This record gives sequence, C-alpha cells and structure tokens, in this order.
Amino acid sequence: MKKRSKFAPIFVALILFLMYLPILVVIVYSFNESKYSNWTGFTFDWYDKLFSNKAIGASVINSLKVGVTSCLLSIVIGTAGAIGMNKSKFKFKSMLENLSLVPIMIPEIILGMAYLAFFTFLDIELGFTTLIISHTMFCIPYVFINVQSRLVGIDPHFVEAARDMGASPVRAFFDITLPLISPAIISGALLAFAMSIDDVVISYFVTGATTNTLPLKVFSMLKTGVTPEINALCTVMLVIVWTAIGLGLALKRVRNLQSK
Amino acid sequence: MSETILSLRNITKSFGDNKVIKGIDMDIDAGEFITILGPSGCGKTTMLRIIAGLENPDSGSVSISGQDVTALPPEKRNVNTVFQNYALFPHMNVYKNIAYGLKLRGLKKDEIDKKVKEALELVQLPGYEKRMPDQLSGGQRQRVAIARAIVNDPALLLLDEPLGALDLKLRRQMQVELKNLQNRLGITFIYITHDQEEALNMSSRIAVMNGGVFEQVGSPDDIYERPKTRFAASFIGDANIIDAKIVSADKECAIASFAGGSIRVCGSSLKAGDSVALSVRAERISYSDKSENGFDLEGVIERHSYIGGVLKTAIKLKNDQELTITGSNPTASYPVGSAVKVYWDPQFAAIVEGGA
Repeated sequence: MKKRSKFAPIFVALILFLMYLPILVVIVYSFNESKYSNWTGFTFDWYDKLFSNKAIGASVINSLKVGVTSCLLSIVIGTAGAIGMNKSKFKFKSMLENLSLVPIMIPEIILGMAYLAFFTFLDIELGFTTLIISHTMFCIPYVFINVQSRLVGIDPHFVEAARDMGASPVRAFFDITLPLISPAIISGALLAFAMSIDDVVISYFVTGATTNTLPLKVFSMLKTGVTPEINALCTVMLVIVWTAIGLGLALKRVRNLQSK
Repeated sequence: MSETILSLRNITKSFGDNKVIKGIDMDIDAGEFITILGPSGCGKTTMLRIIAGLENPDSGSVSISGQDVTALPPEKRNVNTVFQNYALFPHMNVYKNIAYGLKLRGLKKDEIDKKVKEALELVQLPGYEKRMPDQLSGGQRQRVAIARAIVNDPALLLLDEPLGALDLKLRRQMQVELKNLQNRLGITFIYITHDQEEALNMSSRIAVMNGGVFEQVGSPDDIYERPKTRFAASFIGDANIIDAKIVSADKECAIASFAGGSIRVCGSSLKAGDSVALSVRAERISYSDKSENGFDLEGVIERHSYIGGVLKTAIKLKNDQELTITGSNPTASYPVGSAVKVYWDPQFAAIVEGGA
C-alpha cells in the first residue's frame, strides 16, 4: 500500500475552501446592511425584500413549472428511446446513438438560435409552450444516456426468467426492468432538472415577453446592478440545493442499511 | 402409466446463416431425467430455449402433455427453467423471488407463504426468506433458483448447466441432491451439461448432441457401453477408436486388420472387405505376454500414470497409434518400454461406423 501523505487532508481542505470561497462571500454579503461591498452591520432586510418581491416569486413558480414538466416529458421520451434502442438491432444503430447525444455537445447559443428559428418557422407563439418544448429537447439526452448505460448492464435472463414464471411482456417490464433502471431514470431526471432550472441561454431565445424564469429574472436584475437581494436569493437557493443533496444521501444510506 | 410429456418433431433453427438445430425429434415420458450432453456450441442451450418458448423454432413442433405449444409464449407454458447464471431478480429478496410465479397466478398470501416455506425446506435453505441474492453464495443461489422453479409445480423442469459455476465438491453434492429432488417430486427434468460425469451419474436417458443433431439417445449404460457413433464414443469416457478392414468373416465374428495388427470383431452381417470403426473403452483392454481371443496386436508401453486412483497406461502400436488402457496390471510387471500383446473381449468393442 502507498504511504499516505500527512498533507493530503490539508490539500483537500484548501481546494474545497477555494472552490467555496466565492459562494461564501455571497452568503456573507446577503446579511450586510449596506448595499455596497463595505460591511456596515448584520441584517435580514434583504430576505424580507426578497420574499415580498412578487416578480421573483412568479419567476420561481415559472421555473419550477418548466423544470418539472420538461423533466417528466424527458423521462418518458428518454426512457422509451433507451429501451427501444436496447432491444433493436439495425445497421445505423451506433450512429443514431451518437446522434442522440449531440444536443449536449452543441453550444447552447446555437441550439437557442435553432429553436427560435424553428418556432418562428412553425409560427408557434413564444412563451410557456416553447420553453417546455425546448427544455424537454435538451433534457432528453441526460435521461437517455443514463438509462441506456444501465440497460446494457442488465442481464436479459432476468426478463426471460419472469416470462418463464408466467409474466406477460408488459408485466415483466413493470416488475423487473423498471425497478432495475429506476435509479438511472432518477439520476438522469435530476440532472435534467438541474439543467432546466439554471438554463439562461436557450430560455433567453425561446421565452416570450411575459414569461420569466428565475435565471432570466436574475440576469435582468443584474443589468441594474447587483443588489444584496440577489445575494439573498442565491443563499436561499443554495440552502435548498444542499438540503436536497443531504436528503438524497441520507435516503441512500437508509436504503443500504435496509437491504443488509 | 408413463405418458409422453414432451414431443419434439423435426425442430430446426438458424441464426442468420448459422444452422444451430438441424432436425431434432424426441419423446420424453413423465418422470424421466433426460440429459442433453454435448460440447459448447452444439445447440443444446438453443434446444432448451425452444422448449421453454424463449426462442421460436424455424420449423417443427413442440408439444407438452399432448398440447401443441409451438406458437405459445413462455408465460403460457407449464415449464420452468433454471438458468445457467441463476437469473435471480437482484432487487427482490429470496421470498419475493420464489413467490413471484405464485403471485402471478393469483394465489392467496397464506398459500404463497406455505409454498415458499416448503420449497425452501426442499432445497435445504429454511429461514433464508429475507436474504437478498447478492448476500448468498453460489451454491445457495443455485438452490434458490431451483426452489423458484419447482414452486410453480411445472410439468417439465429445464436446467441449463445449473452446476457449471460451482466447485467440484459442491457440484458432486448438488448432483446427488438434484437426483433425490427429482425422485421425490416426480417432475420430468431436462438437464443440459457438457460434463459427461454429470450426465452418466444422474440421467435416466442421455441424448448426445453434436452439430445440431442428436447423435445417440439412450440409457447411460447404452451410451457408455454401446456408443453408436464415433463422436458419442469419443466424447464420453476414454475410448480408443480403431479403423480396420474385415479380412475374413464367419457367422457372428470376423477378423479385421489394420496397420497396427489384426483383431477380432463381433457383430451381425460383417463381410470381408468392409471398413469398420470400433470403439473400445480403456478399462476393457488387457495386455500380457500372450495374446488371447484370436488377436494379433503388439505394442510397447509408452508411459504409466495415476489418474484419480486408477493406473492409466499408454501403449504404442506398430502403426504409432496410442491406446489408452486403465487399471490392468501393476506397473512393476511391465515397465515402460516392455513389449506386450494387446487384446480385449470382442463383445465389449462397439462398432461405431460400418457394419450393421
């Protein structure tokens, strides 16, 4: 075994500190009395202002609506696609597989322009619908990749054994395949949700004049200068994200304990 | 009393250009323990999958208990399979794995509980209900897979090399257990293996499969003592194959010669000039200073070795062919290099080619 350096924990701590330093600054300044970067005193005022700001509230609701809807749609489409791809054998299969991952690699700005041109061409009014359609489109690959790589690892004998014991193909899917791929569906969906919630570039192109998502709102607030209100908003979001991650880890640990 | 449980009629199957099954016919009676024995790639697993309904034959028909099931999907057949890698559902515990088939049939909870308990006792794993498959050893998984199959009370149990992944000791133990289980339940077993020892040890009948056809179907005794083809003879046990030509024949027996010497062959309708191939088991061959049974066969002892408590001797004939002989004389009397006369009782030599 390699000898562990005494400095290893210090290195890790240093790297983590550097990574989290900017975030730490945001959190600290969200409690600053002054509007500017000099510390004048501790206050909760910015949180007060934030929670009474109706425009921000509306944009949060919008973001959640778009995120959840496109996430659900991409679960259905991405999973169905992965299963179909896994079952079929044809000449251009690997080409098609690679093609389905392209949306992840194309620069967002190009995708945004493409979506805008597409919607204009079809004469669809920009707004909620176009936001959901385009978010679904860029979310599908995340679900697809995850589910597909999980499916490849599942022994086809499992489904055959279920059929052998009297399960119809549909029953075997819900009893065997779905439970086995559900972790992949969930992790793909979480990634997709995260991508949707913080998307600025594509949303900027395809949203209408009246529909604002949270990232777009923050972006437009920044144009008039950074206020500690934005700091407070960031802090709230961080707390939500960290809680979610913590809950997820705790859930996993409980499950592991249960199965032992 | 013995009704036919499975009938296969002229089954063929190809994957692309590869003809895997080339016309198989078979009838299996209720309560039999049939082994399909063959080398890997001979089509035995495909044959099993066709019986289970997991693969559709290109032609031919499969009947189970007199009903033609060729077009039926696996879930509609009263057949259960023990898969080679067990295929236990990894997200279900032992209880749920075994109960799965019963639940699908809509049995009541207390009935399922009772049957699962019985099945686990039958495979000697009582109290293992709550374990997950990844917490079991190979042998335990094997038992759960068997319990999961027999709990559904199938007319036919298919086992695809179920002991392949176990070590030798456990394999021998499981062979005995499986045989006992089959006796007790009276379920017809179709067992696939490439292990001749397993086949000879457990089966009521063996089908020797090679290149997509059954070369020979018969009792272990038949297959071992009276192989009908060159392949059947050489795949099972230590067989010496001798190609010879009949020189002179009387009513029952004949003298045949080959480059190594001349031997006596017995069998019906042998004519002078016929070519025959003989299979002689290693333990049927004797050697000493004096020839017997009308043989004129000489050789030189090449080597002695002990294999599994039996002395194995190689003798080189005049034509450089080596004969393998097991357990005849003590090494001391014929050291390596001694010249000996070789012979056997003609009734123990099976004609695998030529003759009738």
